[in-house]
Amino acid sequence: MSVLVFLVLAALTVAAALTVILHRNPVYSALALVSTLALLSCFFVLLEAYMVWALQIVVYAGAIVVLFVFVIMLLNVQSDERALPGPGTVVGVAGGAGLLALLIATVAVRGVTANPPAVGAGFGTPEHLARRLFTDYLVPFEVTSLLLLVAIVGAVVLGKRRI
Amino acid sequence: MAVDVAIACAKAVFMILLVLQVMGLGVFFERKVSAVIQDRIGANRASIFGFAGLGIVNTLVADPVKFLLKEDVTPAGADRFLHFLAPILAVVPAVAAFAVIPFGDVLEVGGRAIQLQAAQLNVGVLYVLAMTALGVYGVVLAGWASNNRWSLLGGIRGSAQMISYEIAMGLALIGIVLTYGTLDLQSMVRQQGALLWGWLPAWGILYQPFAFVLFLVAGVAESKRIPFDLPESESELVSGYFTEYSGAKHLMFMMADFVEVVLVAALVTTFFFGGWQVPFLLRDGFHVAGQVYELPAAWIVVPALQVTSFMVKMIFFTWLQIVIRWTLPRFRYDQLMRLGWQGLLPLGLVNVMATALAILLWGTTA
Repeated sequence: MSVLVFLVLAALTVAAALTVILHRNPVYSALALVSTLALLSCFFVLLEAYMVWALQIVVYAGAIVVLFVFVIMLLNVQSDERALPGPGTVVGVAGGAGLLALLIATVAVRGVTANPPAVGAGFGTPEHLARRLFTDYLVPFEVTSLLLLVAIVGAVVLGKRRI
Repeated sequence: MAVDVAIACAKAVFMILLVLQVMGLGVFFERKVSAVIQDRIGANRASIFGFAGLGIVNTLVADPVKFLLKEDVTPAGADRFLHFLAPILAVVPAVAAFAVIPFGDVLEVGGRAIQLQAAQLNVGVLYVLAMTALGVYGVVLAGWASNNRWSLLGGIRGSAQMISYEIAMGLALIGIVLTYGTLDLQSMVRQQGALLWGWLPAWGILYQPFAFVLFLVAGVAESKRIPFDLPESESELVSGYFTEYSGAKHLMFMMADFVEVVLVAALVTTFFFGGWQVPFLLRDGFHVAGQVYELPAAWIVVPALQVTSFMVKMIFFTWLQIVIRWTLPRFRYDQLMRLGWQGLLPLGLVNVMATALAILLWGTTA
């Protein structure tokens, strides 16, 4: 049952991801990106990580991609203004292919088991996540927030002509 | 198994019907309360097959029928698919958000304990935030897909406004989550059943008055109604992001607005006014000053009282939002942004810091 759900979700996710890069209209691409992120979040539900599911929806689907759509609408980007394939496209395709090859190689070497490792009770709950985040992974967490702070300062510097 | 599925469906249907009923009542307030505020009589002339005897009730029946029978126009040059999709994306998340709102405690029937909440989710608060965040897409896409300058301006205003006020709303929610120490709405309401000094119900408003103000303001802004109706503002943008919608789709946008009003009312009730709690009412009856007044047939009477309590509070806050809507003028756009970013955001941050400090100093408050 859950394998069937997984396969359907996976097929839909790949289809949505392909739409992001293949559709001519930027608004549809952005919407396909939301669909991709929303479908990805469903895998977190399958893994019983409801907290990560909610954060994925709130942060990506609810905030970041809305800003993408906002900018596309504000600049009124037309579908024919999309750049032709150039050096960036080649680098992107090569990088994507490399990552895919790495993923396939990893799966081939490590193998796939039908039985995932058992997790303790309360796995994926906010309490569990917070405990891990603020004890075992405190330093990476703080470093990430520092990175975000740098990004915010950078955005303000770029956005304001005079400070 | 079959019984469990039936119970789950019944709870979902109950919640949706409850929302739609309160929404209908909201339309009634909108027509009649606004009339009283403006010293006029209000809608009373709808005649259905020559029968106009029920006054406003006739209007409430006639309005939706009129909308459903109108022609559904898609403007030339519009993106047909997204034009069709936008109203659905506006309504569905708003209704879905009600899934985690508890409307009662536990109903025990035939050895089966039924939680009176459509979905028990341990990340309830985040679920609500996720659903309100997804509501933006309906506005944005309606504005873009209509191929109309007014609509596009309305959609852009709407997305900027909703993102700005989501932050204030999220900060207000952080204060609440800190106070209760949980993200689960049902356990928040259970904690509000405690009594302070033996007589004062420990409702959230006592712990988080600033969060209440923040949440209400941000909530009204999220529902895009006056004084925050810049995306729609009929005196500037015709009808904003849904200028090019007619018939049933127009009705769906109006419905989305009203469902969001009811949602804000339900959330305010849940977070700050004890949800389904009736003061001094426990599982078996009223406990007042050490005395116990038992209720007959408590297994059904107590949940019924709780559901009623939740509904009364929810209707009150729906009414309050409609009175606000008919009392205040519209903000200017710069005022709206200044209020969101320079008013509510710092206040929300201060509230979070103060709450965290208070919990650190005096232990968990609730």
